[in-house]
Amino acid sequence: VIERETKEAVWDCRMCGQCILHSTGLSCPMRCPKNLRNGPCGGVLQDGGCEVVPEMPCVWVQAWEGSRRLPLWRDHMRHVERPTDWRLQETSSWENLLTRRDRHVPEGWKATSA
Amino acid sequence: VTGEPRSELHRLLLAGEFVVTAELQATDSADPASVHEQAELLRGKVDAVNCTDNSAAHAHVAALAAAHLLTDAGIEPVMQFACRDRNRLGLQADLLGAAALGVRNVCCMTGDDVGAGDHPEAKPIYDIDAIHLLRIARIMRDEGTYLSGRPLSVPPSFLIGAVENPFAPPLEFRPMRLGKKIEAGAEFVQTQICFNVDKLRLFMARCGDLGLLDDVWVLAGVFVPRSARAVRYLRDQVPGIDVPEAVVDRMESAPEDRQWDEGVRLALEIVEEVRAIPGIRGLHLMSIRNEAGIARVVEQSGLLPRPATVPARIG
Repeated sequence: VIERETKEAVWDCRMCGQCILHSTGLSCPMRCPKNLRNGPCGGVLQDGGCEVVPEMPCVWVQAWEGSRRLPLWRDHMRHVERPTDWRLQETSSWENLLTRRDRHVPEGWKATSA
Repeated sequence: VTGEPRSELHRLLLAGEFVVTAELQATDSADPASVHEQAELLRGKVDAVNCTDNSAAHAHVAALAAAHLLTDAGIEPVMQFACRDRNRLGLQADLLGAAALGVRNVCCMTGDDVGAGDHPEAKPIYDIDAIHLLRIARIMRDEGTYLSGRPLSVPPSFLIGAVENPFAPPLEFRPMRLGKKIEAGAEFVQTQICFNVDKLRLFMARCGDLGLLDDVWVLAGVFVPRSARAVRYLRDQVPGIDVPEAVVDRMESAPEDRQWDEGVRLALEIVEEVRAIPGIRGLHLMSIRNEAGIARVVEQSGLLPRPATVPARIG
């Protein structure tokens, strides 16, 4: 409950249950209408607006700018993030971190990221 | 990038050939002849033909079917896979099925949002993103398993491609995003339509700084406009394309019966400039129902005849 209230208020968090805010310049990637976890799509408007919701700034443009201001994790936007585990929707990423439930990696993915 | 060629396009790239691909006009017909008619317009002009996947979020005949029909006709397809319409099960099933039907080049992308199409009320899928899909294609090919780790009895063999848009914000991040795509599995990349050559030059220079250009073949996207209306359409209706006002003005200032020629001239100038950019290894030509324009551009660029290719056949 505390996680939901603070993260929703501060980052407009969508409770994906597998938080990667440190890799996204503290811009929640689940606000991206395409739920992209590895960077912006090719549809970003010339003014930096979202393709799907033009009046909203692209989450990943904000992520890039945010990442330039971070003292740590600046290079984390270059990491390849694994596919979303949709079972964790609406669960607590803090709890999942402690229980290691957010550590599930598909076997095939493990083979290539070793 | 080395190794045994997985496709004719791959063989040409390995041989250092400056390659040419183009997009097949997607059809809305249950008659296979409609795909063949479109394909014939490009035969002999390009090395491989992209079969789009519900482009601009409009339903069309399946890319898998079009690619199969092309293979049958002896024209090598590049089959596009968008993450918009299928989850990871559907995408893997189609990757494997495509390989079984003779597809030897795949190109992975996120896909335009459903809001851009004629079914804006549809549920967009986006279970995985383009980078996940690239890695999954790589896992299937190189590890011989599905994403889950479950083994394939015969793994697919294809050249894996991606798209990138060097013209959309955040411009500084775009080269790094290409780096992620290469790390995930991309071996070639077809760029979004280039009208702004300065931006492409900067993008390529930065990719060079990042050491990416030895690991990927970059095909520059060039549009051959049939009319001023076509460039206005790109500017107003297709998100993510940088169409400078000068381009629109130039097309509009030509009289209507001369706009086709002006479009060819414009494309030829862009082709000449992008060919001079270090690291550009080919062209990816696009149009809206202007295959004749594409053919003219290939011819006048001195890129004909295309080298002989022997596309895969089934059986």
